[in-house]
Amino acid sequence: MQPTDVSNPDYYHKVVDCQWGCPAHTNVPEYIRLIANGRYTDSFWLNRSSNVFPGILGRTCDRPCEPACRRTRVDGKPVAICRLKRVAADLRDPTDNRLPEIPVVKNGKHIALVGCGPASLTVCNDLMPLGYECTIFEALPRSGGLMRTNIPAFRLPVAVLEEEIDMILDMGVEIHYNTRIDSMKELLEEGYDAIFVGTGAPKGKELNNPGRQEAADNIHIGIEWLEAVHFGHVDSIGERVLVIGVGNTAMDCCRTSKRLGGTDIKVMARKSRPYFKASPWELEDAEEELVDIVENYSPKRFVLEDGRLVGMEFELVSWHKDEESGRLKATVHDTEILPCDDVILAIGQDNAFPWIERDIGIEFNHWDMPEVDRTTFMTTREGIFVGGDAAWGPENIIWAVEHGHQAAISIHNYCQGLSLTEDRPPQDQNLISAKMGMHEWAYSNDYNPSPRQKMKHVELVRRFEELSIEVEMGFDPEQTAREVERCLNCDIQTHFEAKLCIECDACIDICPVHCLTITVNGAEEDLRTRLMAPAENLTQDLMVSEGLPQTGRVMVKDEDLCVHCGLCAERCPTAAWDMRKFELLIPYAGQEAACPTHV
Amino acid sequence: MTYIAKPAVRHPGLGANDLGLHMRDYEGTISTLCAGCGHDSVTAAVIQAFYELSIPPHRIAKMSGIGCSAKTPAYFVNEAHGFNGVHGRMPALATGANAANKDLHYIGISGDGDSLSIGLGQFCHAIRRNVNILYVLENNGVYGLTKGQFSACADVGSRSKRGVPNKSEPIDPVALALTLGATFVARGFSGDKQQLLPLLKAGLMHKGFAFLDVISPCVTFNDHVGSTKSYLYTRHHGHELVPVDFVPIRSEISASYEKGSRTSITMHDGSMVRFRKVPEDYDPTDRLSAYEHYRSLQNRGEVVTGLLYLDPGGEDMHDDNATTPTPLAELSHEDLCPGSEQMDALMEEFR
Ligand SMILES: Cc1cc2nc3c(=O)[nH]c(=O)nc-3n(C[C@H](O)[C@H](O)[C@H](O)COP(=O)(O)OP(=O)(O)OC[C@H]3O[C@@H](n4cnc5c(N)ncnc54)[C@H](O)[C@@H]3O)c2cc1C
Ligand SMILES: Cc1ncc(C[n+]2csc(CCOP(=O)(O)OP(=O)(O)O)c2C)c(N)n1
Ligand code: SF4
Ligand code: SF4
Ligand code: SF4
Ligand SMILES: [Mg+2]
Repeated sequence: MQPTDVSNPDYYHKVVDCQWGCPAHTNVPEYIRLIANGRYTDSFWLNRSSNVFPGILGRTCDRPCEPACRRTRVDGKPVAICRLKRVAADLRDPTDNRLPEIPVVKNGKHIALVGCGPASLTVCNDLMPLGYECTIFEALPRSGGLMRTNIPAFRLPVAVLEEEIDMILDMGVEIHYNTRIDSMKELLEEGYDAIFVGTGAPKGKELNNPGRQEAADNIHIGIEWLEAVHFGHVDSIGERVLVIGVGNTAMDCCRTSKRLGGTDIKVMARKSRPYFKASPWELEDAEEELVDIVENYSPKRFVLEDGRLVGMEFELVSWHKDEESGRLKATVHDTEILPCDDVILAIGQDNAFPWIERDIGIEFNHWDMPEVDRTTFMTTREGIFVGGDAAWGPENIIWAVEHGHQAAISIHNYCQGLSLTEDRPPQDQNLISAKMGMHEWAYSNDYNPSPRQKMKHVELVRRFEELSIEVEMGFDPEQTAREVERCLNCDIQTHFEAKLCIECDACIDICPVHCLTITVNGAEEDLRTRLMAPAENLTQDLMVSEGLPQTGRVMVKDEDLCVHCGLCAERCPTAAWDMRKFELLIPYAGQEAACPTHV
Repeated sequence: MTYIAKPAVRHPGLGANDLGLHMRDYEGTISTLCAGCGHDSVTAAVIQAFYELSIPPHRIAKMSGIGCSAKTPAYFVNEAHGFNGVHGRMPALATGANAANKDLHYIGISGDGDSLSIGLGQFCHAIRRNVNILYVLENNGVYGLTKGQFSACADVGSRSKRGVPNKSEPIDPVALALTLGATFVARGFSGDKQQLLPLLKAGLMHKGFAFLDVISPCVTFNDHVGSTKSYLYTRHHGHELVPVDFVPIRSEISASYEKGSRTSITMHDGSMVRFRKVPEDYDPTDRLSAYEHYRSLQNRGEVVTGLLYLDPGGEDMHDDNATTPTPLAELSHEDLCPGSEQMDALMEEFR
């Protein structure tokens, strides 16, 4: 293999599995260390610099970082990254305000944003400090998009939501509530310098089975129903509720039903558990609330009596792989009618752009979605940008945030006459030695065998008393202290200097997980078979050094299971290994790559 | 010295041995030697050898005297028996322990100071008695523990860290072991585990006195330019006489070696040592041939490594003395100490 180029920030970034997995590349290990040191406020602001909504995300994030976490590969359970973020947000000093100053004299550029979800809010967050004027048009009477209208208050308290949204709106964003944009053409005529579309994926999918029209009064579209509950238009539901679909929306629907008078709640899944779309932790929380999850029931028709919904008929199915198409096919074994009072449809969301005229230069593809550039977030009409769920269909908050950051860079470049691609600021890195003394490192390198801490929940009876009682209680100080120590400090990189190595094997002998080998170089597939321990995880890179001075062999490190204990560096007599703190420098609109820890 | 405990995690892809133990189960406490010391590498290879041979930790006895090298038994197989004796006296301790319980696997770890100065006499007699032990001499040419004085095996002309050359003729432990009749004589290098591991395994399975000299550089006092025991010097002057493989009993004979180019020697328990690419005029089971080869290569300035001589005869001190088949340690009190009447009867025979 060619020697690994560690000057490319991607190499070490990838070693920080959580940061690489986070769409916004939040510096997770650093914020966890700050919490460990009791520096909650610093941790909060570090978080905010990349993910913008630490308090909200610390309760609701889809957390792609956690399945990626190295700790999973070491002891089976990831670090509770997400809930530690909440610790920082809950315990920060609220009087310590580090928001950037907003210029009084504006730069003369005016941006219109359609929709006030996390995507649009992030764009404002990045552009306001640069002197832009931002105007948001929101169809509803409140800000926040689905974060407010669809995520129930028992998962996300309104106060937390508003505090973090207001940080942005208070920068001087102009917002027009109850203002649905019906025509892009008209908006264009108002002469904004750029337009950002952050309208989400606002249409709940339909289930047009027989009886749908006749029983409409008791059949609800999940996202619309949650919104109606949020605004107080709906405050009760029948005792027996069937929720169709088994994604995260279904989980919120069934748990909300429990709080509005439902007693017998069933979530109906067409397939079996391995195919469920809901996150495992959301399923767990729903089941804790005694919601039934029923597998392999495929909806057939709505059953009515005297014009009223009384039940629903299902086909009982089993699934097998079709040899030809490779797709799953259902075999029906039986049918069954389940009695119910209400049905909630939670089978997905669609985008809809009836308000964008098709003759104004925005190309639409054959799914009737606007063509949006994956890097610049611009449509085929210059100056119009799309991000969040509106761009490529429903995702989650953290993706909406990252889209917002990227779109803001583009909007800024566009307004300043710079290229959206060539002038995009690149990522960069800082590497600083973590060595403090003979056996002292600027991080806690001792491995802590604690298991993942279990989140405490408000007791069952109490939590159903009111819709807004937050179920999760957050980590207590002991739990926090234990959980932070589970982090393996993956950003403290093992940095190797081949010319210093005397091939004494000290590092190889001490490594607890046998991830280092000195051997004759070869092709990657071949090298992977010749290491101290099998290197079978192909998603994890091999670090290969230059030829070593004494024998010309190479040092190979399999990144897969390194626990960043620093023992290799402590054992190396020549400091050929050093532990270096890696900082990813992430560029935001109007900046060169900036160091996020400079908070 | 290292202060954090080695993390209690292991690579899930590394399996277990026949006893269901993992390699990490054969570790000891964390080493307190200098970072980069060759002795730590020998320790790592010893751990691997015991693990791969599936020797139960409680059937191992670790013996040593004084020196950095002599400290290392603390760093492998925590669950084993061990005795850390006085400087240079390990051979006597090992002989006594072996006399009492011949069924344990004995490994003695010594240094060039420990074995060739204060302990030279003991070393020679343990060889003469053919004690069943793997005797590892971690050879760095200096007294590491007492801050780097030349040992008795330092080569003429080798320079100390301060630049002073050694003038005294060295005692060569390999030549000594060959001439004193050791039944297994080998040399390895701490910086070459591929070679060291089979030597350790063969030595552990050998019945009788197995002597293994390991060039094990002292990074702190003898790894400079001008030293003949440094990593670099050993790499440049190393000469592997015959590469060997250790084939444990029960394992399949792999056909990956060229036919005709190898000699296999079956050990007392049925395991095998296989010599690859044996030079034509050399016979590793012939002491004289081994000695001649060793000396001639040495005269050319080469550091000869490999398994130089092997007598697979399978006899040891206990055979020579016709001791009881049951280890003394396991005999009942009555059998060991038959009482004063028996004693009197015995004495009577000599009157
Ligand atoms: C039930 C449910 C639960 C969820 N839970 C989570 C969770 O726990 N964690 C997570 O990360 N994600 C969750 N999501 C997904 C997440 O809420 C969205 O991915 C995210 O809010 C998308 O942000 P956005 O800015 O693209 O748009 P949205 O949040 O959808 O906001 C779009 C806004 O645009 C407004 N709008 C639409 N059209 C117009 C128009 N023509 N004119 C003016 N205004 C308009 C809408 O009223 C809305 O306020 C959940 C989604 C649902 C449905
Ligand atoms: C009876 C006695 N004499 C002298 C010493 C001092 N002493 C301690 S270790 C040592 C030599 C160790 O050298 P070596 O065996 O080569 O071990 P190394 O440290 O090099 O591994 C000496 C002379 C001692 N401890 N006891
Ligand atoms: S830090 Fe070094 S010793 Fe520790 S696990 Fe990683 S490579 Fe191994
Ligand atoms: S400890 Fe240092 S010098 Fe020794 S092999 Fe490892 S990297 Fe090389
Ligand atoms: S002094 Fe030399 S022999 Fe002793 S531990 Fe240090 S490097 Fe090893
Ligand atoms: Mg010595």
